Amino acid sequence: MDFSGLIQDFGPLTITGLAQGAIIALFALGYTLVYGVLRLINFAHSEVFLLGSYACLVVWGFFGLDQNSATPSVIAVIGFLLLGLVAAIVVSGLTALGVELVAYRPLRRRNAPPLAFLITAIGASLFISETVGVITQRNIKAVPPLIRPADVFVIGNMHVTNLQILIIVLALVMMFVLDRFINRSRLGRGIRAVAQNPDSAALMGVNKSRVIALVFLLGGLMAGIAAVMYDLKIGVTRFDAGFLLGIEAFTAAVLGGIGNLRGALLGGLLLGVLQNYAAGLFGTQWLHAASFVLLVLILLVRPTGLLGESLGRARA
Amino acid sequence: MSESVAATSAKKSWRGNGGVRGWYGRQSLVVRVVLGIVFAVLAVLLPYVGDVPVIGPQIITVGIDWPSALFNMSYYVLLALGLNVVVGFAGLLDLGYVGFFAVGAYTVALFTSPDSVLHTEWKWVAAIPVALAVTMVSGLILGWPTLRLRGDYLAIVTLGFAEIIRIFATSSETLRGDRGFSDLPHPPGDYSDGKAIFGVADATPYYWLGLAVIIVVIFAVRNLDRSRVGRSWLAIREDEEAAEIMGVRTIKYKLWAFAIGAFIGGLGGVMFAGQQGFMNSQTFQLQFSILVLAGVVMGGSGNIFGAILGGALISYIPDRLRGIEDPIWHTDLFGFRFAIFGAVIIAIMIFRPQGLIPSRRRAMELKDREKEVAPQ
Repeated sequence: MDFSGLIQDFGPLTITGLAQGAIIALFALGYTLVYGVLRLINFAHSEVFLLGSYACLVVWGFFGLDQNSATPSVIAVIGFLLLGLVAAIVVSGLTALGVELVAYRPLRRRNAPPLAFLITAIGASLFISETVGVITQRNIKAVPPLIRPADVFVIGNMHVTNLQILIIVLALVMMFVLDRFINRSRLGRGIRAVAQNPDSAALMGVNKSRVIALVFLLGGLMAGIAAVMYDLKIGVTRFDAGFLLGIEAFTAAVLGGIGNLRGALLGGLLLGVLQNYAAGLFGTQWLHAASFVLLVLILLVRPTGLLGESLGRARA
Repeated sequence: MSESVAATSAKKSWRGNGGVRGWYGRQSLVVRVVLGIVFAVLAVLLPYVGDVPVIGPQIITVGIDWPSALFNMSYYVLLALGLNVVVGFAGLLDLGYVGFFAVGAYTVALFTSPDSVLHTEWKWVAAIPVALAVTMVSGLILGWPTLRLRGDYLAIVTLGFAEIIRIFATSSETLRGDRGFSDLPHPPGDYSDGKAIFGVADATPYYWLGLAVIIVVIFAVRNLDRSRVGRSWLAIREDEEAAEIMGVRTIKYKLWAFAIGAFIGGLGGVMFAGQQGFMNSQTFQLQFSILVLAGVVMGGSGNIFGAILGGALISYIPDRLRGIEDPIWHTDLFGFRFAIFGAVIIAIMIFRPQGLIPSRRRAMELKDREKEVAPQ
């Protein structure tokens, strides 16, 4: 227990935690959206993220970028970032759709028990991450240094870098867009209707299968963005990168209230910060254990999360 | 194995009479006992299957010696039997089952290894009761706070439990992380010429020990399943609220399921520690418990023989693939094992959700749900 260290590094830990939490929050949206509509923990969502984190690296690789290349000019960086984002979004979105079609839809048609979904999800997750593991020979893949972290402003010993600002701002913007989409658009109304009552929604003319596919797609898009941000922040990716972060994202979703979009943002940011405080207090090797302990505590004390559970009910 | 093959290829009337299992059930006690003994003898003779002409060499493993592969199978089967109690009987999805295996193995290591901080250096046998008691308690510790949770939350929390144990094993000074524990004692006993029965070179005695433990566990689990406890598990699995209303004490029996499952998992860990002689935090990967779950689901969750078949397959198939190169990447096919099992899990859940040797009641439950499906 290192209380003086925690107090001394409070600022730096907070800003690191916020940046990490923003990534977790984007990732958590996938869990929350699918759970809100289907009452199903999409365990394979971590692999949706994983493939996104490789997709942007592959695209940057086409342009000859690797970890040793110099940082390109500002305009080139913006171009590369957009390209990487598009690639990651497309791959992640398609993966999420693929998982839905292959692993979940046949079960739903048969009205399989809930645990069956979880088991196929685990199968899909294992299959994707291990296939990536075999292809990459379980090596770490380094990310080209597109953005060199530089201090934008300093408060006390808290150095806020350009990368951290980019991550946090991008996450907030995406959250805002998604929130508007769910609450204002026609498709969003369909999603809320299915979340509230699938059968009545179907009777009212909502195409349930299409809404479910859309939900998986949206979750995949957000995971793709999170994956690019993760690559830039951590600097390396690996075949099991999705798994641990996936558990954390799920914890964040539960913390904020699974099925609740704003809950995912709150839960993600809170979890990122709390994790870093725990790391400051007990040592970095306990960072991941902290999120598990937190998950158990939340489920015991307030199983519906901080902001309440349902996508439909919360915004009805 | 032969059961399911025969059942699928037999005629309709044969299946209508309950197939192989129906036939078996109609035999007199003497015939059933004799059949059981024949199977047991065949299992005991498995280490020598390589000497059988023509078929033998196809069965035995290439990249790992056959008795060791058999021993691996024996503790996987133990784990599958234990997980079957939790998942198959009580219907509680436990994704962190490897945690109990680790607790069992680590307790043995702490009490017996010269590297341990305890400096007790007990014999292997002396550590067994302590290890099993500790795993049972750890099962209760996990079970008690999580009992309020619904199925999918429970799964994630158990997953977290296994990860916490792994992180703890990696990071804490007492459990020695990567350095691990070496010189763990083997089970006791000498041949008449003074050589130890349980040596390093030959794993056959370990396999027989494992087999003996498995047979005892089969009887125990089967009797539990047919007792009041087993009926309560069944009621909880099918409808927890209805069971509670009918007077089944759900909390008590769910805790029992966790404790008994943990006990059997710990037994697997104890056997593992006794054979390996060395272990560290890398031994207990999370994929391991998912693999065992895959085995139970693949074999047929809720059915003891299904779980045994599944447990044997998840160990046998990767070991058989060891030492064989794939044509594209030229790596050992062993590396593909988790990817293959991932695909197998999906395929089984889609095409044969009741598993290879299904529990009849579970198969009926699935059929019932299928009828209830709302028109799309």
